[in-house]
Order: sequence, then C-alpha cells, then structure tokens
Amino acid sequence: MIYLRLFWEFFKTGLFSIGGGLATLPFLYEMSNKTGWFTHADIADMIAISESTPGAIGINMSTYAGYITAGVPGGLIATLGLGSPCVIIILIIARLLARFQDNVYVQKALYGLRAASIAMISAACINVVKVSLIHIPAFQASGSLLDLFDLRAIVLAVILYFSMRKIKIHPIAFLAASAVIGIIFRFGGV
Amino acid sequence: MKELLDLYLIFLRIGAVNFGGGYAMLPLLERDLAENRGWVTTDELRDYFAIGQCTPGIIALNVATFIGNKRKGAIGGIVASLGFLAVPIVIILLIAAFLTNFAELPVVRNAFAGIRVCVVVLIVRAVEKLWKSSVVDTVTLILYLVIFGLVVFSAYLPIRITTAVFVIAAGLFGVFFGKAGVKK
Repeated sequence: MIYLRLFWEFFKTGLFSIGGGLATLPFLYEMSNKTGWFTHADIADMIAISESTPGAIGINMSTYAGYITAGVPGGLIATLGLGSPCVIIILIIARLLARFQDNVYVQKALYGLRAASIAMISAACINVVKVSLIHIPAFQASGSLLDLFDLRAIVLAVILYFSMRKIKIHPIAFLAASAVIGIIFRFGGV
Repeated sequence: MKELLDLYLIFLRIGAVNFGGGYAMLPLLERDLAENRGWVTTDELRDYFAIGQCTPGIIALNVATFIGNKRKGAIGGIVASLGFLAVPIVIILLIAAFLTNFAELPVVRNAFAGIRVCVVVLIVRAVEKLWKSSVVDTVTLILYLVIFGLVVFSAYLPIRITTAVFVIAAGLFGVFFGKAGVKK
C-alpha cells in the first residue's frame, strides 16, 4: 500500500525534524537511501527549487517525492503526512498553553525561548544575506573586496528598508517589486 | 463557515508568498492579522514563533495552526494549515509534471535574486519589531549573542548540534534563571 507508506514515512519526518526548513534534510537523505523513491540529486534539485518557490523544503520535497512515486494523490498524501504531526502537536500545546499561561515556570521558559527565537531569526537572516547581498565564492577566487559585496543588491536592500518604514503598503507589494527589479536588472546574473 | 473560509484564504495568500523559511512571513502576518484584523497581537505572534522553533515540523505551519486554533479551535488550526499548504503543493506538482528545469530558467533566477534581497529586509524588520519585547535585559542579551554566534558559526563547531537543542536549552535556562511576568 504505497499511499500508506508515503504517509507514514513523511509523518515520521515531520515528527522528528525540529527547527524547521533544513532540519528535514537528514531525514530526506535517509529516506532516499531506504526507499529509493528519489535520489540525492533530486534532493539537491529540490533545494534549488525551494529557494525559487514559496514553501519550505520539507513541504516541497514531500509533494515532489509523493508525486514521482504515486502521482498527484501521492503528492497530496505525502504532504499531509509531513504536516499532520506538526498540526496535532501545536493543537495540544495551544490547549496546554491556554491553561498554564500564567504558570511561573511557563513564563520563565518563554523568557528564555523568546531570546533564543530572535537569535535564530537573526541567524536565518545571515544565511539569506550570504546568498543575496554578498558573493563569497567570487571573493575567494579574486580576493578583491569589490567582488565580495553585491553593490546593486545592497542598494536595493537599503531602498527597500527605508521605503517599508515610510510607505505603509502590504509587504507582498515589496516582494513583487523586488522580483520585477531582479528581472529587469538581471540580479541572478543570467 | 464564513470565518473558516476567511482563515483559509488568508493563509492561502500567505502560503503563496512565504519565501525565505517562514521568518519573512512575520511582517505579513502582522499586517494581515494584527493590524488589519486584530485577530492576534504582535506579542502572541512572537510567542508562536518561539514555540514553533522548538516543536516538530515546519515553523510556518506551526504558526498557522496556532493562529487558526486561536480563532476557531482545532478545526480552525487545520483549515489554516491546509490553506497554507495549498499553493506550494500546486506549484511543486506543476514543476514536477512540466518544468523540471524550473530553477535554472533565467527569468526565475533573476526574479528570485531580487526577492531574496526583499526577504533579508523583511527579516530585519521582523527582528527590529521583536527585539524590544524579547531582549529585555542583560541575561537575555547574552542568551541572544551566544545562540546567534553558535548558529551562525555552527559549520565550524567540532560536533553537529541541531538548532532545536539551542532553543530547548534556552527554555530550560529561562526556567532556572529567568524572570516571570515580563510578558510585554
């Protein structure tokens, strides 16, 4: 029963990958070795696709693997398998949180968690900076600081930052404008 | 019923533009849910993200479930999550079926090089907003700097530690050394 196996394998991935996004990768490699549903090259491709589509790598990989294994129903079932544990666990935690919100230990744990949370968000930002505002491989090749910084991208970032402070339009508009600017000025270098 | 449909459609829209690993969606959620609709507060969003980082699964999906649940109970949580998943599923099915070289297309590469710049700025704005209510004293500042440093330089550490360990450690640290009642 391929549908059941797809659901179960991705359910396990969803259950054990904590920290989101790339945390699913080790599980995907393991699943590739075990089931042969997709290859390591497929995973590398999916990382590239996930950078160019909305949606987390785990969600995208489950849809893709499910589809190539068992068609459209397979894609849907695998994705639901990945998402289910996370929805179930949060529903439970939300109940507990509502009941113990004023508990002193819950308060204290949240005090630590908030600082950690914002540290992780900042670190994630550095990762995006590394692939958007600076070019580490080009810098390593030439050793010139001019090659390290992507000046056009940095200028766009500064303009976006101040525009967002001044103009109160929906953030989606800024995303769309950035895509258009990227295409016009060939930000991808192709 | 109408509220559930609302919930579904809002998360469908957010799921359609959720680039950059979930964190960039914070300004979107703030705009759509906190400012425009008053469904949640910025402080609640902050805590949902904090909890989402140390629980299993995709963070964005955790946050969608939290908000849907707050709005319309368990059904709301499920509906919000399904809405969030809809567009990514359709896009990947289309790519898998027709566009295997999607990520190499010049127009796609250029567009996303531009979008990534915007994602950086959106995340910076999210950090700015959360900073004041999260890094409230010297203890939290040290916690922030240590975890930030460990995560950014994790590639150079002698052992691989998943990020969840840092977050859970910070929660425990809070239980032993933290202050209660700094809610806002």
